[in-house]
Amino acid sequence: MTAATETTQQSFVLLRLGERRFALPASQVAELVAPSRVFRFPHKSPALEGVILRRGRMIALCDIAEQLTGKRLDTRRFNLLATRKYERQLDWIAIPVSGECELINVEMMDASSNDSPHVDGWLSHGGEVIEVLRLSALTPGPAETLLPAPLRDFAEARS
Amino acid sequence: MNFPPADKSHQPRTEQIILFRVSGQTFAISSASVQEVRSVDNIAGMARDLPESHLKKVRHSIRRGDRTLYIVNAAVHFGLQPQPASLVFFLRRTRTALLIDGIEKMTTMTRLQALSQAFQGEERNWYRGLTALDQAVVPVVHPEGFLSLEELTLLETAQTSADMRSASSDNHGAQVQ
Repeated sequence: MTAATETTQQSFVLLRLGERRFALPASQVAELVAPSRVFRFPHKSPALEGVILRRGRMIALCDIAEQLTGKRLDTRRFNLLATRKYERQLDWIAIPVSGECELINVEMMDASSNDSPHVDGWLSHGGEVIEVLRLSALTPGPAETLLPAPLRDFAEARS
Repeated sequence: MNFPPADKSHQPRTEQIILFRVSGQTFAISSASVQEVRSVDNIAGMARDLPESHLKKVRHSIRRGDRTLYIVNAAVHFGLQPQPASLVFFLRRTRTALLIDGIEKMTTMTRLQALSQAFQGEERNWYRGLTALDQAVVPVVHPEGFLSLEELTLLETAQTSADMRSASSDNHGAQVQ
């Protein structure tokens, strides 16, 4: 970890995946909803389980717990609905989480080159050091190399 | 008091679709894309074997007018467990005759949602998008998505071989699967 380069506080949503907590920028989080029926249909995107229906919107469901903790969630208490932006399109994704989420305001320390690609930064909160997740590295989407330059910038941008 | 004229852009666009079943899975297709529906028994006498087809999903072709159509097993195409098909959709403006298990119903969709960017596999060619009907999500298939240009080229080669063979021995009347 490097020294903090940003000093302004930002809002983050803390989410629980098994025994561990992670964070997402609050600007990327839309809603926390109870698990609902998963609609499955043939596809070739193995990271996705299917889609859920929420207020008429069909949202892809992606369990990221295994990538982050090494095992799938035993209990899914909620689905966290987050957004990613591709060109002008806002793309929603549902992430199963195993506990309540919490909104906090803290300073984020930037990730270093030694950190995993999915780490956008680090938070210190309640005696824990918590990874801020970069959803584009954890969930499937258009390859960044295929995106036009401004979009690559977006994918790398800190919220 | 003057009211502004009703904004036509807010009227929902609708599209007639056919819900059909393949190996227990429901799909939708625009009814405008389906030129004709026939029973498998009905076309069995007209289908021709394609023994050199390298595509598992295509084992037969059928002559319609001056065109050769390729009979695509929808279950194999989608990676589902194949079941005996009972109907064939002849898809308009394509060279695909699609083997399906059955038709559920015809209905109207008012909204087609593009596939999420999270889907990055072949499904982007298979589906126009998703629609919600009666609190269920149904993928809406792309009629042109069953056979790619590369696949059509392979099939034309296999068809040429089959045509040359049939010049010496007649193999019409294949059992369509």
